[in-house]
Amino acid sequence: MPEDSEIIEQIVDRYDGDDGMLIPMMQDLQAESGYLPADQLRCLGRHLRLPLSRLYAVATFYSSFRLAPKGAHEVTLCMGTVCYLKGSASISEAITREFQVEPGGTTRDRLFSFQAVNCMGACAVAPVMTVDGKYYNGVSPASALEILYGLTKEHVTADKEEQT
Amino acid sequence: MTELGIKRFSSLVELEGMREKLLNSRSASAKSIHVCTGPGCVAKGSFKLYEIFCAAVEGAGSDVQVQAKCVGCHGFCERGPIVVIEPGGIFYQRVEEPDVAEIFRETVLGGRVVERLLYEDPNTGKKVEKANEIPFYKVQERIALSGNGLLDPTEISDYIAEGGYTALAKVLSPMTPEEVISEVELSGLRGRGGGGFPTGRKWRSCRQAEGSPKYVICNGDEGDPGAFMDRCIMEGNPHSVIEGMLIGAYAIGSEHGYIYVRNEYPLSVERLKNAVAQAKELGLVGETILGSSFSFDIRINRGGGAFVCGESTALMASLEGRPGEPRAKYVHTVESGFRGKPTNLNNVETWANIPHIINRGGKWFAGIGTEKSKGTKVFSLVGNVVNTGLVEVPMGITMRRIIDEIGGGIRDGKRFKAVQTGGPSGGCIPAEHLDARVDFEELTKLGSMMGSGGMIVMDEETCMVRVAKYFTDFLQKESCGKCTPCREGLAQMLYILDRITDGEGQVGDIERLEELGGLLEGTALCALGKTAANPVISTIRYFRDEYDAHILDGRCPAKECRGLFRYEIDPEACNGCGICLKNCPADAITGEKKVPHVINQEKCTLCGTCWEKCPFTAVLKV
Ligand SMILES: Cc1cc2nc3c(=O)[nH]c(=O)nc-3n(C[C@H](O)[C@H](O)[C@H](O)COP(=O)(O)O)c2cc1C
Ligand code: FES
Repeated sequence: MPEDSEIIEQIVDRYDGDDGMLIPMMQDLQAESGYLPADQLRCLGRHLRLPLSRLYAVATFYSSFRLAPKGAHEVTLCMGTVCYLKGSASISEAITREFQVEPGGTTRDRLFSFQAVNCMGACAVAPVMTVDGKYYNGVSPASALEILYGLTKEHVTADKEEQT
Repeated sequence: MTELGIKRFSSLVELEGMREKLLNSRSASAKSIHVCTGPGCVAKGSFKLYEIFCAAVEGAGSDVQVQAKCVGCHGFCERGPIVVIEPGGIFYQRVEEPDVAEIFRETVLGGRVVERLLYEDPNTGKKVEKANEIPFYKVQERIALSGNGLLDPTEISDYIAEGGYTALAKVLSPMTPEEVISEVELSGLRGRGGGGFPTGRKWRSCRQAEGSPKYVICNGDEGDPGAFMDRCIMEGNPHSVIEGMLIGAYAIGSEHGYIYVRNEYPLSVERLKNAVAQAKELGLVGETILGSSFSFDIRINRGGGAFVCGESTALMASLEGRPGEPRAKYVHTVESGFRGKPTNLNNVETWANIPHIINRGGKWFAGIGTEKSKGTKVFSLVGNVVNTGLVEVPMGITMRRIIDEIGGGIRDGKRFKAVQTGGPSGGCIPAEHLDARVDFEELTKLGSMMGSGGMIVMDEETCMVRVAKYFTDFLQKESCGKCTPCREGLAQMLYILDRITDGEGQVGDIERLEELGGLLEGTALCALGKTAANPVISTIRYFRDEYDAHILDGRCPAKECRGLFRYEIDPEACNGCGICLKNCPADAITGEKKVPHVINQEKCTLCGTCWEKCPFTAVLKV
């Protein structure tokens, strides 16, 4: 696609084509596309004269890169020490059970992507979960599910609005 | 800043002139509303409070001299959102949206205190008006955090008005690089990122190293879960980090700097970027700084979500656009680091201390703390304490004072079991060592370490084997896999720990864990692997009986490990309401209405639903 290569050119220029800035470039690319499509990685590699294997190595080493499309919402649950001690493992289990999605995955209906991270630096109000960047503090399995069911509803209403 | 007519400074005199002008423009009667935007308060909705205050200020008209500003973390996250009204320093806690109008009407306009929102000292039962009268703050001594709660981190003019960039001016006016390094050496400052390496010595080696260009890096990766000190400095006072780096770069002879920020901290990135842009505009970063021959530029990079990237050589690999795998350090990074050039890496808090050391002198700094650990240290005090939050204390204070006086003791009247310090590779310190002093050497002696400053307090209901397993699991997942001892050793340790918490531990497992731990310490490539067994070794050292109870008796004393304890209904407390019976997915509960129920242990799957649902806490773990 011509648009793809345009975006990639812009990103490469933003960092003066410096291949040391590969990670920021890939972060920008992911911000554009929501994930790192293989075509775009190949294209970025060509611009920087780097083999795809190098980009792939980077994409799979760092947990924030995604090689598959994400859901409509982004749900991040903290599994850092404090959140863990305050029960975030059972929140994670509850989400997996209710929505059939493992940490790192996306629900089948693409409603949300579910990420587990190692501390969001808000440990004082643990356990912490964010939905599209909005923080929820002191969550429990029940309140987490309630928040996520809220997404389902929003999603449905948004869909309906689109149709009408 | 443009509204004040600040242009690029081309000399020290101009910077000083601007500071005076800024101070004069602030009339003594003007009120200022400080809304905390630290991570804890933001999670409780403080940005919204800030917006409402801004609207109130706007609506108040021009004859009322008042401004609302967002400030960095106050530290008392437990009581957030926090709002402070200046002058007077009236400290409001747990402020909610409906309170804004009242605070504005009563305190800002009327000069009266809203009693209801003040903190109540649990010892005296009295309401307290000012922060420094609250026990949580009384014991603290703030250097690195001194600007937090005071400055608007998005406005360089605030930092300048409070004396910001005077240390840089002092260095350029002129101290020789040699003099700067001597001052830092005199202060006795040691790295706050974990290792505790003397900062002055690191700078000297880097200055003396052959090769150019030289690089200066700020480590803002803050990978330790349970720690948010660096985040609060980057977000609460970003210019202090930038000023520290400028001074370091001048001393070392570097023109290029990087700040590597953890991926989970988007607000830190935003505030640092904004701060660098403002400093550039004023000629405090960039070419010929303050009209001198010194130039220094700063770039900000985001991490990719890998713990090991906090390690110096891995961080540099990541900055070079490669997977963050550490290398052996027989050649030091001060000689060959980023792009094979001499590189000086320091932690965020280390950098934030530098301007204070230059301004007030190395001797002043060395006057605080213990013989070998000088100055203060910021800790994030979290877990099962009453007052969670960010605290800065002089080195040498006892753990007991931090937990009891600042932290207010253990939550819910439970008993203290251990405090975990030093991040995932740190250790757990038990009650009998609570009088240990906070000092690099002393904590290491106890089998833990200073680390970057996480302090996680655990109560009697925490299973120490599970804690060890949690950290081992964490490190095993974060191990980059380059060296065999770390990759395979940790997997083995985790396997054994899993079996212990499942009740299938074998006699000899403790010794096997110790042996593997020794192997890791002796043979792993980087500090991640070398210290990875610490959580296991330190819990075995202090809580061996808990391991034994799991292995020999099939019992979890803290009643956390499923299968190693039972649920029973206390017939005294049960009034037969039937809630547990209805909710039990295994139909394991029987009993007539209004008669105490019984759990059939044969059928019980130990799911814990009855324990969660019982409104009378009649379900017990035994
Ligand atoms: C696995 C591992 C993770 C680390 N993570 C961090 C970190 O998140 N932040 C940090 O400042 N230092 C971290 N360090 C320590 C750094 O390697 C380095 O010693 C430090 O940043 C140097 O700065 P200082 O001398 O100012 O402490 C880590 C070390 C290891 C081995
Ligand atoms: S451990 Fe969850 S926010 Fe720090």
